[in-house]
Parts: sequence; structure tokens; C-alpha cells
Amino acid sequence: MIRFQAVHKSYRVDGKDIPALHPFDLDITNGEVFGIIGHSGAGKSTLIRLINLLERPTGGRVLIDDTDMTVLSDAQLRQQRQRIGMIFQHFNLLSSQTVAQNVAFPLRLAGKHDAAAIRRRVDELLARVGLSAHAEKYPSQLSGGQKQRVGIARALANHPSILLCDEATSALDPQTTASVLDLLAEINRELKLTIVLITHEMDVVRRVCDRVAVLDAGRIVESGAVADVFLHPQHATTRRFVNEALPEEAAGEQAPFSHVPGRILRLSFRGETTWTPALGRVARETGVDFNILAGRIDRIKDLPYGQLTLAMQGERVDDALDCLRKAGIEIEEVIASPEKRA
Amino acid sequence: MSSPLQTLFPNIDDWSEIGQACIDTLLMLGGSLLLTVVIGLPLGVLLYLTGKGQLRAMPKLYAVLSLLVNVLRSIPFIILMIVLMPLTYVLVGTKLGIRGAIPPLVIGAAPFFARLVETALREVQRGVIEASQAMGASTWQIVRHVLLPEAKSGLIAGITVTAIALVGYTAMGGAIGAGGLGDLAYRYGYLSYKSDYMLVTVVLLIVLVQLLQMLGDRIVARYSNR
Repeated sequence: MIRFQAVHKSYRVDGKDIPALHPFDLDITNGEVFGIIGHSGAGKSTLIRLINLLERPTGGRVLIDDTDMTVLSDAQLRQQRQRIGMIFQHFNLLSSQTVAQNVAFPLRLAGKHDAAAIRRRVDELLARVGLSAHAEKYPSQLSGGQKQRVGIARALANHPSILLCDEATSALDPQTTASVLDLLAEINRELKLTIVLITHEMDVVRRVCDRVAVLDAGRIVESGAVADVFLHPQHATTRRFVNEALPEEAAGEQAPFSHVPGRILRLSFRGETTWTPALGRVARETGVDFNILAGRIDRIKDLPYGQLTLAMQGERVDDALDCLRKAGIEIEEVIASPEKRA
Repeated sequence: MSSPLQTLFPNIDDWSEIGQACIDTLLMLGGSLLLTVVIGLPLGVLLYLTGKGQLRAMPKLYAVLSLLVNVLRSIPFIILMIVLMPLTYVLVGTKLGIRGAIPPLVIGAAPFFARLVETALREVQRGVIEASQAMGASTWQIVRHVLLPEAKSGLIAGITVTAIALVGYTAMGGAIGAGGLGDLAYRYGYLSYKSDYMLVTVVLLIVLVQLLQMLGDRIVARYSNR
């Protein structure tokens, strides 16, 4: 468990304290993938660095499995850091060392000197990230995705219980991003490792995270299970991020449908309800008409979901909505009926 | 019968003297370069580490070191050599010859090299240092395993530039009793108007500098994996 208690951070610039993160509490559970999303300058880089104390909090406590990180001596802190892996947007590999030497580096830092044991561990790690054939290459000879895989292998070397990902896929193309995220999800599943990642892409959160916190101007404005936040965003910043991940709805919440007759509704299906023919059945039973305006069916991590924006007309719309709710479908009214609009 | 050498260089009747001067210059260069690196490298690392925003930022210490380096660098070498004579005598027991030349050479070149080291270390990506900190590396481990290896080509280029500067210093040193090629050029070429001595000395110095530069470039190319 990573626990932030009343943590805040400010920087001193020209004699003035500029707050980077306002006081917040946050718990990250062991074994989950926790995403922190925010625009650049929102404070997410600072937040992730508070975990391994690359940034020291101005106030509050950072607890990892009940160890207060902020009171450790330098030596104790270095010891703790060996249990926390970290990967970076720009990989930050040693350019003067081979792939194998890069992966061996944290082992050597931790005082391991048995060359054969190091070699075995490096081989094992490179096999896990699919780079066994590249052990003797230098980072400059690798693609971006391969460099990040080296970064991941290096971060895992000392069997950490936490992996911090600092915009780990932001410098990668979409296809490479997907394969790196798959690797992270696999590591999380198989090694039962807690992953904390920061990103500015909702799609990254949707693919791998269990829970998410939305950071805006140094404050956590929304947090919760990814499906809840993604399907029912509350804060304006969150809605913008969600819309970026849903291009067909990005044009706006209400404006394009204001001329469409009927009540404009957004229906969200989660899990198994995504595959049930509820909408057709309810329409037949209640005699309402509906017209699909926008929609998509996809997955949030392993959870299938669907979201449809539709216009519904007829005598018994309210009955239809009750039936749909009973079938486990979440309904939001985007625009009320024409009479109410007037 | 006169050999072509005698025709071309009528004043040079003892080539072994030139050979000896070459050896002396190389000895001064080698000895002073070694000590310059031994002193300048830690000094440069210290400058880097204590600099603003660095791993062990210590503004006051940095200001003092920086001033010391600047002061030593602003004194022309020939003056530094004279100023340092009493200290030289204390350190090596003579003010003359190869031994007498080495202390001022090192004191003149080490601050220069230290600055080059500082600059080379600053070229190392911040992210790589941060990654090492995140892995739990101590400052010493970062210096030893990250900064110095990552800056290797810059450091070797710095040693090359310093070696070439030292060639110049040794020649100047020659004029006030250190021996070597500078001494030869001064005594025969300048004081006795034997221009063939001057020519040979200059050519040898050019060759030496070229060789140093080529060697340095080659080692840099060998170690650069970017």
C-alpha cells in the first residue's frame, strides 16, 4: 500500500513559494495498476516522484507498506528505492553500456557481485521483455520500444514491489505503445506488482489501469475505478480527457444534437450487459422509437463496455428507461424532451 | 662530402641533442599530463557536483573552487612559472629541468582541465542521473558508474585538448630552463639566429600536436556508442 497523508509540495522560486501540489490524501492498493492523468504542468511528474522521494514533500507523509519514506536516512532511502522500479519517457539508459550491462546495473548497485548469478538474472529479465537477442547491443542501436523494454527489464531487476512509470509510452508510436502497455499488464498480473503510471492519454488509462486519479492544476479533481470515471466523468478536465479518447463524441456534449427530435440519452453498458439485446427488446415491448446518434463498444482493461448516445421518442419513454435500468444499463439524460427544452 | 641533412641544416651538427630534447619534452608532457588528470579530474567532479542544482549543490564551496580555478587560469603560464619557483623548489628540490617544470605545468593545466571535466559532465543527460538515483545509487556510485563512463568521450577530448595546451606550456617552460624542444628553439633558434634549429623544432612540435589530436580522436571514436 502506498499512502499519501496530507502531502503537499511547493517550489521556492524567487523567494516565493509556488505550490505544485495542494494537500491531498491518496491510497494506492498493492497489486493494482493506478493511473494518474493530467496535462503537462498539472503536477503529475512531481506526484509520482514523491513515491520514491526523488521529490521531497514540503509537508505530509508518504507511507509505503507502513514505512514513512520521509524520515528515512540516506542509506535507508537508497535501500527502499531498490524495491521501487522506475521507467521513464526518455528511457534514461546508460548509452556507454550494453543492454545486458544496463539491466545488470541495479544488481551491481545493490551490491551483487556474483557474475554468474547476475548473468542468469539478466538473461531471465531480457527473456521476459523479449530482448534476449539484443543483450550485447548498445541502446543507440535499438528502437524506442526496445529501449523501453530494456528500461522495464532494468526496473524489475531487484524484484521490486512497485513499478513507477513516468510517461513511459509518451515517446512511442501507437502500435509500440500498445505492446509496451500489454507488457506492463502482463507484469502486473504475473508478478503481482503494484504499478503507478502517469500519462496525459486517457487511452493508456483505459487499456491498463484499475483505478485513476485526475490531476488538474495541482489538485486531484476526481478519482475512482477507471470504468466509473471513464463512463461518467464528473469534472470538466476529466470530460476533456475522456472525449479525447472517444473521437466521435469529441465535437461536444450537446450542441450537435440539439436539433434532433426526442429525448437525447446516453446509455452505458458494462460487462455482460454489453452483449445482451436489451435495447431491441425494450423498444418492442414499450413501442418507443430510437435513433442511434453516436456510440462505441470497446474494453476498459478487461471489462467490455458500450456507450450509445440516442434519441428516443414515443408515449412510454419513461417506462422504457425503467426497463433498461432494470437490465443493468446506466442512463444519463443529455438533453431533456423537446417540451422541457422549450 | 656532405650529407643532404648537413646541406639542409648546416648548423645542426648534433642530432642527438634534438633527439634528447624530444625525449625531454615527451617526459615533461607525459608526467605533467598524468598529474594534471589525477588532480584535475577530481577537481572537475567536485566543481560539477557542487554546482547549482546538482547532486551535492554547495554554492559557497563552488564559488571558492570556481574562483581558484579562474585565478590560476588567468595567469599567463610564463608568469605562473616564475611566481611558482619557490613552491617548485620546495616540492621537487629544483627549479630547473624536467622535474622543475612539472609543478608549474600541473598547476597551470589542472584548473583548465577541471573546467573541461565540469563541462563534459554537464553534458550527461539529467534523466540518466535521475534514473540512477531512483535505483538507489549513492553519489559516489553515480560518479563512478554513470557520470564518468557516460562522459568518457568528452573527458578524452578534454585530455587531448589539455595535452596540446601542455605542449605549448612545455615549450614556454623551455625558455626559462626546463629543457626540451622549447629550450632548443630559444637558445639556438632565437639567441643564436640558427633558423634551421627553429624550423626543425617547429616541425617536430607540429607533428607532436597532430599525433596527439589523432590519437585523441581515435580513442573518442572507439568509445562513443551514441
